[in-house]
Amino acid sequence: MSTLVPQPLGIPVPRPSLLAEPYWEGCRRHELLYQRCGACGHAGLRAFTVCGACLATEPVWERSGGRATLYSWTVVWRPPNPTFVVPYAPAVVRLHEGVWMISAVVGCEPEELRDGLALAVEFHPASDDVVLPYFSPTSS
Amino acid sequence: MTSHPFGAVALVGVHNTRQARRLPGHDSTSIALVGALGALADAGIAPGQVDGVVGPAAAEIALELGLGPCTRRPSALGIPALLDAAALITTGQCDVVLVAAGGAGIHTDASSTAPWTRPANELVVGYGLFTAAEFALMARRHMITYGTTPEQMAAVAATIRTNGHANPAAVYYDRGPFTVDDILASRMVADPFHLLDCATTSEGGCAMVLARADRAADTPAPLWILGGASDSFGPAYAVAPVWDFRPRPDDDPAGLVGARAARRAFAMAGLAPADVDVAELYDPFSFEIIRQLEAFGFCAPGEGGAFVEEGNIAQGGRLPVTTDGGTMSFSHPGINAQQLQRVVRAAEQLRRACPTNQVDGAEIALCSNGGAGALFCDVVLLGRERP
Repeated sequence: MSTLVPQPLGIPVPRPSLLAEPYWEGCRRHELLYQRCGACGHAGLRAFTVCGACLATEPVWERSGGRATLYSWTVVWRPPNPTFVVPYAPAVVRLHEGVWMISAVVGCEPEELRDGLALAVEFHPASDDVVLPYFSPTSS
Repeated sequence: MTSHPFGAVALVGVHNTRQARRLPGHDSTSIALVGALGALADAGIAPGQVDGVVGPAAAEIALELGLGPCTRRPSALGIPALLDAAALITTGQCDVVLVAAGGAGIHTDASSTAPWTRPANELVVGYGLFTAAEFALMARRHMITYGTTPEQMAAVAATIRTNGHANPAAVYYDRGPFTVDDILASRMVADPFHLLDCATTSEGGCAMVLARADRAADTPAPLWILGGASDSFGPAYAVAPVWDFRPRPDDDPAGLVGARAARRAFAMAGLAPADVDVAELYDPFSFEIIRQLEAFGFCAPGEGGAFVEEGNIAQGGRLPVTTDGGTMSFSHPGINAQQLQRVVRAAEQLRRACPTNQVDGAEIALCSNGGAGALFCDVVLLGRERP
């Protein structure tokens, strides 16, 4: 058995950038936020100031329902530094709102990972200040 | 007078320093300088003739070699550094340009992967992402879409590591030969990549010298840039590496990064993939070779796995790949030198000067840098005949 679990406190944690601060504040409230262009609705791969689709400069933050499907994954057995507990499964998930994001899958065995797996967000602390969104399989 | 954009510049000198797991007493600049002096000696050009330096240590090298006043371009890496150096000459800014790079004394914490593999960007750092995992996320999509297998990826690693086994200058010389089973038996790093599917880490330097074509006549073995271009989809290791990320709705997705660069390079050269005799491809992870073969047009989308499994990329095959052993076996000294080393090896092939793994009659070589996991890919075509 090697059930995938969230990482313990003590891993390297993100230093939030100015643009992404609302995202990290949302995580602390256990709310998953993403950014869309206020003019055309386009969503990028991270917080932005100029829309890559229509060049409008008024992005808005929206709250995701937290449901996603698994798009790609790996299972890491040799971590970049010894603070990470293996195995763990970094993943690209696609939110039902159409947004791709980097996260990690927890709450299942590595063998259960497959394309299109239905996932739901859950939040776990990474330090006193930082909360990370993870995704776990959901039956619905 | 030639009308080719790079017809007025020749690649006249190349040099790899000794490569090793550790080169005590060296830092990145000092080993780059060793490379620089070697490349100048190879070209038969005195340092005082250099009036431009390209690479991260450009200003330091200008100082050390007493080149001032001279042009310096401190930012470019790998193939773009080569193309920038060539452009400094074709635009009349310089006559002789040195491109030098090195890596030493950077990776000192044995409990962690090399520092350049684990940038602490805010969206990735908390999930334990590093280069192997980033490239694995691209490989997984290819496995899902085309059924590409770990055995096919291992065929790439076995081929390139066997090339390094035969190369006396490789850090992992005489450690093989390697079979697919050897690769698959090594411990898993980031599924689907086993340890031997991944680049090594080491130390070393390299350099090359470019000169105005009329000066190249005095050098022993001038070579020529036939075409080159670069692709990027954004910063490496900062956002999700999404194969289907397609900012231009009618153009290639990020999974095919380098396809546009290759098309442009071939068009500039008036050549097609079938004209390439040897491909010195950048091999950070085994899958990346399969991806590049498809993106560059050597085989159709989804056929890269079968192409490598059938032996086409091995010595004696249709398209020998990464003949020095690449970053898996020859050397991987950081973020820059190992990218330029693809060009050094291509030059050795075109000069027919490889002590082992020489491709008979090599006339045209393609080199690449980067890869999908890093969202960038650069291509250059080199040849023996002035375009």
